[in-house]
Amino acid sequence: MTTLTDPPKESFRLSMLIYDTRYRSATIQVVALMGFMLLAAWLISNTLTNLETLGKPISLAFFTEPASYDINQRLLEYDSRDSHLRAAFIGLLNTLVVAVLGCITATILGVLIGVLRLSKNWLVARIMTVYVEMFRNVPVLLWIVLAMAVLIESLPSPRAFRGENPEATMSLFDTVAVTNRGVYIPEALFHNSLGNIHLFGQSSMRFDISLDLVAFLVVLIAGLFVSNKIKQRADKVQEETGERPTTWWQRLAVVFVPIVILLAILGFHLGYPELKGFNFSGGTHMRNSLIALWLALSLYTAAFIAEIVRGGILAISHGQTEAAGALGLRQGRIMSLVVLPQALRVIIPPMISNYLNLTKNSSLAIAVGYMDITGTLGGITMNQTGRELECVVLLMGVYLLISLSISFVMNWYNKRVALVER
Amino acid sequence: MKKSVIFGAATLACMSAVAATAGTVDDVKARGKLNCGVASGLVGFATPDANGEWGGFDVAVCRAVAAAVLGDPKAVEFVPTTGKTRFTALASGEIDMLARNTTWTFSRDVDLKFTFVGVNYYDGQGFMVPKELGVSSAKELDGATVCIQTGTTTELNLADFFRTNGISYEPVPIETNAEAQQQYLAGACDVYTTDASGLAATRAAFENPDEHAVLPEIISKEPLGPLVRHGDNEWGDIVRWTLNALITAEELGVTSANVAELSAGTNNPEINRLLGSEGSLGEMLGLSADWAKSAIMAGGNYGEVFEKNIGENTPIGLARGLNAQYTDGGLIYSPPFR
Amino acid sequence: MSDKSFVRTEMLPELDPPASTVGIVGWMRENLFSSVVNSILTVVSLGFIFYILAGLLPWIFQSEWGATSLTECREIFNEKYGTSHGHACWGVVNDRWLQLLYGFYPDYLYWRVNLALVLTLAALAPILFAEKAPRQMIYLTMAYPFLMPWLLWGGSIWGPICAAAGFVVIFFGYRFVTNIAGSLVGLIVSVLAGIIWWMFIAGTVASGLESVLNIGIEAVESRKFGGFMLALLLGIVAIGCSLPLGILLALGRQSDLLIVKTICVGFIEFIRGVPLITLLFVASLLLNVFLPPGTNFDIILRVMIMMTLFSAAYMAETIRGGLAALPKGQYEGADSLGLNYWQAQRLIIMPQALKISIPGIVSNFIGIFKDTTLVSIIGLFDVIGLSTAIRADTAWNGIYWELFAFIAVLFFIVCFSMSRYSMYLERKLQTGHKR
Repeated sequence: MTTLTDPPKESFRLSMLIYDTRYRSATIQVVALMGFMLLAAWLISNTLTNLETLGKPISLAFFTEPASYDINQRLLEYDSRDSHLRAAFIGLLNTLVVAVLGCITATILGVLIGVLRLSKNWLVARIMTVYVEMFRNVPVLLWIVLAMAVLIESLPSPRAFRGENPEATMSLFDTVAVTNRGVYIPEALFHNSLGNIHLFGQSSMRFDISLDLVAFLVVLIAGLFVSNKIKQRADKVQEETGERPTTWWQRLAVVFVPIVILLAILGFHLGYPELKGFNFSGGTHMRNSLIALWLALSLYTAAFIAEIVRGGILAISHGQTEAAGALGLRQGRIMSLVVLPQALRVIIPPMISNYLNLTKNSSLAIAVGYMDITGTLGGITMNQTGRELECVVLLMGVYLLISLSISFVMNWYNKRVALVER
Repeated sequence: MKKSVIFGAATLACMSAVAATAGTVDDVKARGKLNCGVASGLVGFATPDANGEWGGFDVAVCRAVAAAVLGDPKAVEFVPTTGKTRFTALASGEIDMLARNTTWTFSRDVDLKFTFVGVNYYDGQGFMVPKELGVSSAKELDGATVCIQTGTTTELNLADFFRTNGISYEPVPIETNAEAQQQYLAGACDVYTTDASGLAATRAAFENPDEHAVLPEIISKEPLGPLVRHGDNEWGDIVRWTLNALITAEELGVTSANVAELSAGTNNPEINRLLGSEGSLGEMLGLSADWAKSAIMAGGNYGEVFEKNIGENTPIGLARGLNAQYTDGGLIYSPPFR
Repeated sequence: MSDKSFVRTEMLPELDPPASTVGIVGWMRENLFSSVVNSILTVVSLGFIFYILAGLLPWIFQSEWGATSLTECREIFNEKYGTSHGHACWGVVNDRWLQLLYGFYPDYLYWRVNLALVLTLAALAPILFAEKAPRQMIYLTMAYPFLMPWLLWGGSIWGPICAAAGFVVIFFGYRFVTNIAGSLVGLIVSVLAGIIWWMFIAGTVASGLESVLNIGIEAVESRKFGGFMLALLLGIVAIGCSLPLGILLALGRQSDLLIVKTICVGFIEFIRGVPLITLLFVASLLLNVFLPPGTNFDIILRVMIMMTLFSAAYMAETIRGGLAALPKGQYEGADSLGLNYWQAQRLIIMPQALKISIPGIVSNFIGIFKDTTLVSIIGLFDVIGLSTAIRADTAWNGIYWELFAFIAVLFFIVCFSMSRYSMYLERKLQTGHKR
């Protein structure tokens, strides 16, 4: 039985492109596409004409020229004869370092503050509220500059460590020097080092991998793997017999004994910072610019994360807490076993955007002279070469890539923890 | 509220000015204002005061050019620029000239396509250290932490200097002079390096200037001067000869005090040519006959500008040194007005 | 029944609650010392607060307001307290606060800035406090986009009037053409007419009218804008202009049209993926390169454009959230009434979605407002840029904390009150949705 009759066949008229809903969407799309392409073409042609008048045709040749400037905070070796590309690469690594460090501390601080804001202790809750409001309502640029100023003004300069009766002394049994140039911490050294692998030859991306580190990681991962196996076996035994064998010492031993042996073979020792000449030498030097940026970004972002965490916890129905209480769990365990895991689902999506914000805000590093990618590629390199277009476009591309990868990874994680509904 | 976007577009259409492609001088005259790029706050060279009035050594050059072209030293729009934006602002025509203690270098002249019209200050990069360090030469700075201002030629000179002398250092890049000063005073760096004029100005502002010394080494040549775009020679000439007029005025003893009197005519033909009572130099430049007179009246001759803004009687207290007239053994030298 | 009873027949008089549970003591027991851990926390917190205040208060209050230079401050401190450290020299704020607020705006015209601010609040009132403000104020809101720029930039009155006239052209064009050729053609034709009016006719008409009847106020170049006023202005313009753009982008992102959707998603993700500072670099270094040779408009406008684009992307996401929060029934209801897409959006969807999004929009505004400080990096004189310039003055060279404290307090006051407002709004909206 057919109740539907075919619509009367109409010959195609031009006005149907606008009025007929079957064609309208196609029309709109074609018009939009054309508009977009026209806009793009217009912009590009303008750019080309303008660049020609300025006498600066687009070229990336400057990348291979020596950068001629020094970068103090760097993960890889770099010297002023290296190319601009290498400088940009160093800058990129610096951006990533501060972003990763910042995200980790901001999360820890944020969760702590968010939980404390819900504390029953009136005073603590108030202090946390003041903290959150203070940091959220003042621009991050100001916080970065202030953090730097506080570090510079309140910490002793290396000069204060000198002399018979120094005004300042090193902390933690003379192993860590906290100065207003940064923090010097002991570094790992090896008597019988295995050496490095050089990757990428002499190119701008070259870097060394320490074989000691590789060996350390291999042993660690192997240890963890075996330890996991022991745990699985213990689980199995528990399921079968109801009794869980004591394995904690086995698991610890499996992880730590090989590491200790490896370190002994390699001749592990710590290199302590000591005052030499103008500065401390030896040890690992974390510059103040990095610490200030890291501190300011994590404190600032922590305020936002705290609010998200608080919101997430409040979103968990009170019945959950009461049920957990009825099961006899203590406050701390209720929080860590019942509330937080559920709250995570609410928390993660806004958290992603905060991580992204932190990463993007790290571009304010130039305010404290931290040489991130904005400071190298978008700063000195751009200044010295005068290639604004190339530098800014590349800079944007790099940030876009970082942002997209962070959101990709976090979205993937978000999907994993999302509630699986039946 | 929704409508403001379209209004924004409308204002944009209304407000967009015609760019200066050729004939900058005509643009300036038509506009009635000179757009002059200056530093966004550099002690003694360009600072806005509490009323927003700009003053300083570089600012005086802008005012002199405005006076020469438009007859009014106040007809200047000061465009604050940073180390990063200064060249783009000039290249794109946002400003007509740049007077922002910019070092005349080969690549800026040739590659970035600007014309440096002269030198208004001969500078060089120096080092300042606290006296308690007991350092007497820059070569003793092995391992020192050095504060530098980024976005200038300073960091390149520094890298080259330490490299050629085979000594190590730790650079601390800093955006502004004020922050560099703070870090230096707190001991976050041992040495502060920038142009010697900047060092002197910074030191002068310290609570105890005597505790700091400027080291004898000057590691670079930094001829600072105003610049204009390539390709507009008429405009370049105007800026160049306005600067030269200030310099010549000092050489000839023409000051803002006596310029009115002298412009009536003197026995010295060069003064007469300069001030327009003889010859037609102004006309050749496409300006009025009393262009140089106005320029000198704006802030005085080169020496007066120097003394007023950065000279020994100011808190900055710079000696003339290299910037004395050639007759006094300096490098300041203007081609003749003839 | 016996009259003997072993149970008390009458109530005892009520006793006061134990002293330890009422009043200050009770409150403290409950809120500060309810357990050992809590007591420790309280003591630690008290110590912390004391430490902070002991450092801050002397600095703030043992200070000098009258000095006109840092050297003078130092002399006064040395005389009064024996040391020049640990005391705030508020003289700098006293000396420069007008500049920090208004930038280089001519001082005899400050009233225009103030009036513009009052106007902004008045124009926002019908939107923000919908039920309390009189309905007629909506006309002020409609006139605001033309009044505010005129007040700030000054110049002839005909410019803004001609710009406003464009909307009249569109409105009547739409009315007129729709009657002849249907709504869609009407829309297209009238918008085209409006664009033609703005691009080609408005300027001539405005200058013509100006030569006939010159009504205007003194023009102020945007280069004179600065300080806190610049931050507010950039924030307001960016949010105001990005609202319509954001709505379009959000609709585009939600639409079924693949190409439109791709373009919108691409734009939003691109803008959200790069830091604002790179966009400001574009504004200061590249925008002139992208536009036709010879275009050259001043940096404040360029920054406004980039900030608008930046906030539009975030706005689009906020509004998309609002759209997603609407129950599907609303869309279906609109369809069942036979409304077409735009009618449904205008009459049913957008009013509700926007209402839900207002808290988000407010927090967007706070974000943009705070981000305006970044313009100091490209050399504009906002508060932070001005503070650098002030420190370059020989009188104030070396001053630091006082300026930053002042700036931080300024931002805190504005942002905090806005976030409070948005919380008030959220509460109000929530009760509206509860049944």
